[in-house]
Parts: sequence; C-alpha cells; structure tokens
Amino acid sequence: MTTTLARSASRRLRQESSRLFVIRELGIVAALTLLVVVTTIVNPRFLTSQGIKDLLLGSTILAILAVGQTVVVITRNVDLSAGSVLGLSAFATGSLFVAAPGLPIPVAVVAGVLLGAACGAVNGGLIAAVQVPSLVVTLGTLYVFRGIDYTWASGRQINAADMPGAFLSMGNTTPVMTMFAIVVLVAAGYYLRAFRSGRELYAIGSHPDAARLAGIPVGRRVLAAFVVSGALAGLAGVLYAARFGTLDANAGTGLELNVVAAVVVGGVAIFGGSGSVYGAAIGALLLTTIGSALPALGVSPFWQRASVGALILAAIGLDRALAVRLARTLRSGR
Amino acid sequence: MVVLELRDVSKAFDAVQALRAVRLGLRAGEAHGLVGENGAGKSTLVKILAGAHPADEGALLMDGRALRLAGPADARAAGIAVIYQEPTLFPDLSVAENIFMSRQPLRGLRRIDARAMRARTTELFDRLGVPMDPDRPARGLSIADQQLVEIAKALAFDARVLVMDEPTAALSGPEVERLFAVVRALCEAGSAVLFVSHRFEEIFALCERVSVMRDGRLVSTDPAAEVTVAELVRRMVGREVAEMYPKAEASKGPPLLQVRGLSRRGAFTGVSLTVHAGEIVALAGLVGAGRSEVARAVFGVDRHDEGEVLVDGRRLRNGDTAAAIAAGLALVPEDRRQQGLVMELSVARNATLARRWSLARLGLLTGGAERRAARTWGERLRVRSAGPDEAVSALSGGNQQKVVLAKWLSTEPRVLIVDEPTRGIDVGTKAEVHRLLSELAGRGVAVLMISSELPEVLGMADRVLVMHEGRLVADIPRALAGEETVMLAATGHGGAG
Ligand SMILES: Nc1ncnc2c1ncn2[C@@H]1O[C@H](COP(=O)(O)OP(=O)(O)OP(=O)(O)O)[C@@H](O)[C@H]1O
Ligand SMILES: [Mg+2]
Repeated sequence: MTTTLARSASRRLRQESSRLFVIRELGIVAALTLLVVVTTIVNPRFLTSQGIKDLLLGSTILAILAVGQTVVVITRNVDLSAGSVLGLSAFATGSLFVAAPGLPIPVAVVAGVLLGAACGAVNGGLIAAVQVPSLVVTLGTLYVFRGIDYTWASGRQINAADMPGAFLSMGNTTPVMTMFAIVVLVAAGYYLRAFRSGRELYAIGSHPDAARLAGIPVGRRVLAAFVVSGALAGLAGVLYAARFGTLDANAGTGLELNVVAAVVVGGVAIFGGSGSVYGAAIGALLLTTIGSALPALGVSPFWQRASVGALILAAIGLDRALAVRLARTLRSGR
Repeated sequence: MVVLELRDVSKAFDAVQALRAVRLGLRAGEAHGLVGENGAGKSTLVKILAGAHPADEGALLMDGRALRLAGPADARAAGIAVIYQEPTLFPDLSVAENIFMSRQPLRGLRRIDARAMRARTTELFDRLGVPMDPDRPARGLSIADQQLVEIAKALAFDARVLVMDEPTAALSGPEVERLFAVVRALCEAGSAVLFVSHRFEEIFALCERVSVMRDGRLVSTDPAAEVTVAELVRRMVGREVAEMYPKAEASKGPPLLQVRGLSRRGAFTGVSLTVHAGEIVALAGLVGAGRSEVARAVFGVDRHDEGEVLVDGRRLRNGDTAAAIAAGLALVPEDRRQQGLVMELSVARNATLARRWSLARLGLLTGGAERRAARTWGERLRVRSAGPDEAVSALSGGNQQKVVLAKWLSTEPRVLIVDEPTRGIDVGTKAEVHRLLSELAGRGVAVLMISSELPEVLGMADRVLVMHEGRLVADIPRALAGEETVMLAATGHGGAG
C-alpha cells in the first residue's frame, strides 16, 4: 500500500534526475556543435585540417588543466596558481634541455610533473597549516610561483633551437597531444568514480563537516587534490613548451581564469560536491573553439571577450535552473 | 559485561562546562537510555564517544582497556557506530553512497562494487521497511527520511556499540517500531546500545537501564523497571512539571484558514481543510504521508498545481510566501537547520529575523531592541545559551529548535502552522510550548499543528485530521479521537470520520 505511490514517485524521480543530467552535458555539446557549424558556413576555412589541428592542440593543454582544477573544485576549493605552475614548469623544461641537450623526453615529462606536484604540495600544505581558504592561498602562490619564474628567467628567453627536434615535433603532433589529454581525462574520470578516495573528494565538497564526522581524512585528501592539480599543471607546462618552443617568464599568464571558466561552463559546481571531469574537458574544448571561431567570424575582440562572459553566465544560469527543477522533483519523492 | 565505559569524562566549550566527570558503562546486549533537559550535555557525550570531540579530562575504556580516539575514524575502527542528532548527509551523493561512504563494498583492484552497494542498501531499507530509492541523491529528503538514512548508515556496519542521539525525533509510530525491532535484534547479537531521547515511552519500550543527565552531570542510572516517568522528570528538571497537554477551552471563531482541493503532483491530492480562529487542528499521519508538503504549499514555499488557499476569506497567490506572511500566516518549518535558522548569526538576530521591520526605527535595527525582544522570548522558552550574542550553531539541538519557535511566535501571526513544534524539546519546555500554543489559540489565532507524537496530538487538538498517502482520510473531533482511531486512519485502515 505505502509502496505504490512511493515506487512510482521514485521511478519518475530517477528518470527526471538523469534527464536533467543529460540536458546539462548535451547543452555544452549542442553549443559546441552549433558554433562549429555556423562558423564553418560563414568561413569555410575554419575547419581546414590546420584549423582542426590548432583547435585540438589548444584544447589539450586547457583540458588537462581543467581536469586538475575539477579535482580541486569538487572538494570546495580552487587552485588559482595553475597558470603560474604551468609557466614555471614550461620554463624549467626549457632550461633542462638547455643544460642537458640529450635528455630523453620522458625524463623531461616526469621532471615537469614532479615540479608541478611539488608546487601543489606547497599549496595544499599551506591551506592545511594556516587554515586559510584556498582562494586566498593560491592567489598568493599565483604571484609567488610567477615571481620565482621571473627571477629564474631574469629576462632570458628560451627558443626552439635550444630544444630537441623530437620534443618540438611531439608538441605539434595532434594524435600524441590529444592522447595525453584523453589518458589524463579517462584516468581521472575513472578514479573519481570507482575508488573510495575519489568518492571521498565529492563527499568533502558536498558537506565538509559531515565528511569529518564520517572519518574521512579531509586534510590529507584536499592536499592530495592540490598535488594532482599541480602535477597536471606541470604536465601541461611540458606540453606547452613542446608546442610553442619559445619560452619566457610570461608563459601561461592569466590562464587560470580560462581554466576556472572551462570548469564552470562544464557544469562542475563551484561550491563543490558535483560535476565531472568530462564536463570540464568539454568546457575546455568549447572555450578554445570560441577563441578561434569568433576571430574567424570577424567578431571584434571586445565582443569575443564579452561572449565568453555571456557563456559563463548562461552556464551558471542553466545550472541554477536545473538545480531548482531537480530540487522540486526530489522533494516530492523518496 | 561492560563493553564501553566512560570514566570521569569532562568537557568544556570556552566558558560552558558541558560535561562534568561523567561515569557511564554500556553493557553488551543491553540498550541504555539517556535523558536530560535541552543543553544537559547528552549530545556532547555522544560526540565524545564518536571521537568527534576530544575529552578534556577522563578516560574511555573498551573491554577494560584504554581507548584513545583521535577522530571519528578511530571510533569507527573500534566498532562504535553513531547516529548524530542532526543528519550529516552529503546532499550531492546518492543515498547508497551516503550509507557506505568510505566503506563501499569493493571488487578487484579495490574498485567500488556499485551493484553490491545498491543491493545492500536495498536490503537495509527492507529491514527498516522503508521504500526508498538507493540511487536518488540525499538532497531533498524530508527530515524523517534523512533520519532513516542515518539509521541505515549506522546499521550498515556490525557495530559493537551503537550510539543513537534522538534518532526517532522525526519518526512516527510504525517507523519507530521497526527501528526498535532492528535494535533489539542487534542487542540479542551482543551489541551495546546508547539511546538518547526525549520521549519516555520509547525509553521504557526499548531500554533496560536509564541514566539522567543534568547540567553536564550524570545524576543517576537505574534499571528501567525501577523508576517512573515522574521520578525521571524530577531528576532532570529539578522540579515538578505542570500538566503535559493543557489545551484550554477557546471559543471557536470564524474560519481563518481555508484550503480547498489543494493538489501537488507526486505529493498530495485534493486536500481541503478549514481552521477556525481559536482552534488547534492537528494534522496526523505517518512519515511521508505528505503533511509537511501540504504545510509548505499552504505557506507558498512550494507551488501547488490545483486548488486554493484562503486566509480570512482572501485568496493567497500561489507560491508567494511574502503574501502569506503579509496575510498573517506563519510557518515553523520541520527542518530547522535548513529553513529556520542562520547558523552563523547570533541568537538575538535569529529570533528577530522574521520581525525586523517592526523592531526597526527609521529603518535601522538597533541592537538593544533586538536583544530585549530576544530575551523576552528566550526566557519564556528557557533558551539555554551563553547570551543573546552567542552564535546559534553553538546551541544544543533542542535550544536551536526553541529559537526557531521564538522567531515565529514573536511575529504574532493570525494563522500559525507548526511542523513538529516539540521535536527534540525536553519535557519542561514541551509543556511550556503547549501552553503557548493554547494561549495563542485562546487569543483567536488559528493553529494548524503537524505532529508525529500521538499523545501531543490527542492532548492538544480540538480536531484531528489524518493524512494517508497524500490524501486527507479522516477528520476526527476531539471527543472521538483516540490512539486507535487515529492510527488506523493513518495506516489506511480507518473509515472517514
Ligand atoms: N560546539 C559548541 N560550542 C560551544 N558550546 C557548545 C557546543 N556544543 C554544545 N555546546 C554547549 O554545551 C551544552 C551541552 O550541549 P549538548 O548539545 O550536549 O546538549 P543536549 O543535552 O544534547 O541538548 P538537546 O536535548 O537540546 O539536544 C550546551 O550548553 C551547549 O550550548
Ligand atoms: Mg542533543
């Protein structure tokens, strides 16, 4: 007797919530498709093989950063130092090749990742030690890491000639670069879904006090999230060096905001607890596409920036509207 | 055999001494009741057993050996399962994940076995007799359902010690019965249980021994068979408590609240009711019958799909709480943390949130007026806090509930809807709340009271409306209302009254 109403309500509930989830992911994909189709019609040169290549190479770096950022944002934190870590790692990679020209590429990659992880550990350690919100701590380290970069470079520039040809060609081979992004994406996505500590990251972001009462080592997990974010920023730095060849202390300046934008557009809740790395990666792809589609459409730089802003607001608005709908459905069932 | 023992445990929060040299032993196979006034220190004791607070002094012993708890993880590892007074769920995660967080069943390579997790969740819910979807997110669950999830969470691991802090506060009869059946089975299997409650009939139904706390001290422990309720109350409060349900006769005035054919898809259908001035109408029913949903729709928190709500003959706009408040409606919500309080603000600010404009001068709110108003209501309801400037988050659960009540009572409404007004409130204050409600009715306020506590319903109400599966199934006048008639209607067996 009690069950009939409850059961039909619960079925409706499940359908509704999965539908809303699909709407969210489909929304970005639809926006992306629309953008590509319109741009190609207006300017057929947009989708040449070179155009596609630029798009994918550009998205690779942003997507890897976005995956790292997602891992942090899920725990109700944010890593604003990602751009600076990328810059530092890129310059370090270049310097490494200058110092040891015959260095094998995998060693350079590992070095960049480790450097990034160390930066992430500094972030996480500071947050745990001084009990200050990550927004403030990583805003600080954004400048600190960049400052180290400046001091180290002291005006120098590293050029393509300083790096091995194989390294540079890797950075411009689309399949290799996209493979990096896909491996990172799938690994992170699987980890977050299938492992206890991955689920604990969601729990921490969803209700930090409850997470503590559930016996989750909150400090340790958040530290680990920052190490992951740092390591991925380090990896992105190596790829950045391979792709552009010319490096100075300004590499990746301001990139952190693009990353956060990609994450938000991709449907990761900025207050933690929900969202997926896949959404964030699609968000990165969309932002990169906008970045090259709008110039191809002849849109002025002002409107290019404004449209990114509008997209973020639209994404947040959509999330809000979906959350309200979902809340209403959830309240009326078991 | 004593499994878990507290030896002279003390704990202070700044100036507040919450526990003073508490001694308590929990025996294997035995349920132990713990009662005490709001703020007596029960939840603090629970949190120390949970490893959530460190004790300042004293020791914990398990099986006679010292037990050191550096955090909740240690307590879990020692086999102590805890149900906290306030639900601690992760709103974004599924119910199944909430139950098994950090203990999910695993398959190869230490990956989570989602299917096994779902199956075990369903099994737990079956044991508790709750038809809940394991895959739905915890967000949006009613307080009662949240509490059921908490219970499932504690039952999910075979605890040697099960500590329950007012687990039944939001539940109605049948759910409580099922919970007790499960707990008794656990006891038979040798677990020790600590059960905190303000409902004496539950304490006596479940527990072999009862302890009383007062002002942070554990004042007595007796076999349940050797004490009476009156004796326990006297030890808790230190005075005789007035008659429990003193509903005074009030003359029935014109109909103030009229609800006609109200429906909301998936929640309730065709609800019509009238509450007259001076009348207290109780809305009884099982958990999930749709009572709180009706209250929310009447107040305009949720929109309704069909029907209308009239206050004093004038129709309210669908889904417009501001209009409802302006028309003189007030709702004391079920979920005080989410909907009734701003946890970071002070007691005074919270208590006066709903009537800021009437306290303000030239649009400015003066701290003095606010504090005076808060003190008046605080004293009437015996809110126990360090002072009106203390943050609400530092109050005990029952005292938070009192602040919510104060907030709405102070608006002087014409129609008052109260959802579980005495949930988590101790005996002394309960009588005071009942007296207040009765006094409001005497002054011509129309009161609609949702309550899962049958004695409260029978004692207070002029008329009892009963809901079952989203429909109003009975309307029973005071003279005919008895435990049996109400329960039969609530379980869907009664004829319309
Ligand atoms: N985190 C805290 N910070 C400051 N004071 C606290 C805190 N937790 C509890 N207290 C205080 O300790 C005392 C005991 O509170 P406790 O929550 O243990 O009471 P309780 O017996 O559980 O009451 P209730 O029946 O209302 O749940 C109260 O005076 C309360 O204000
Ligand atoms: Mg308590």
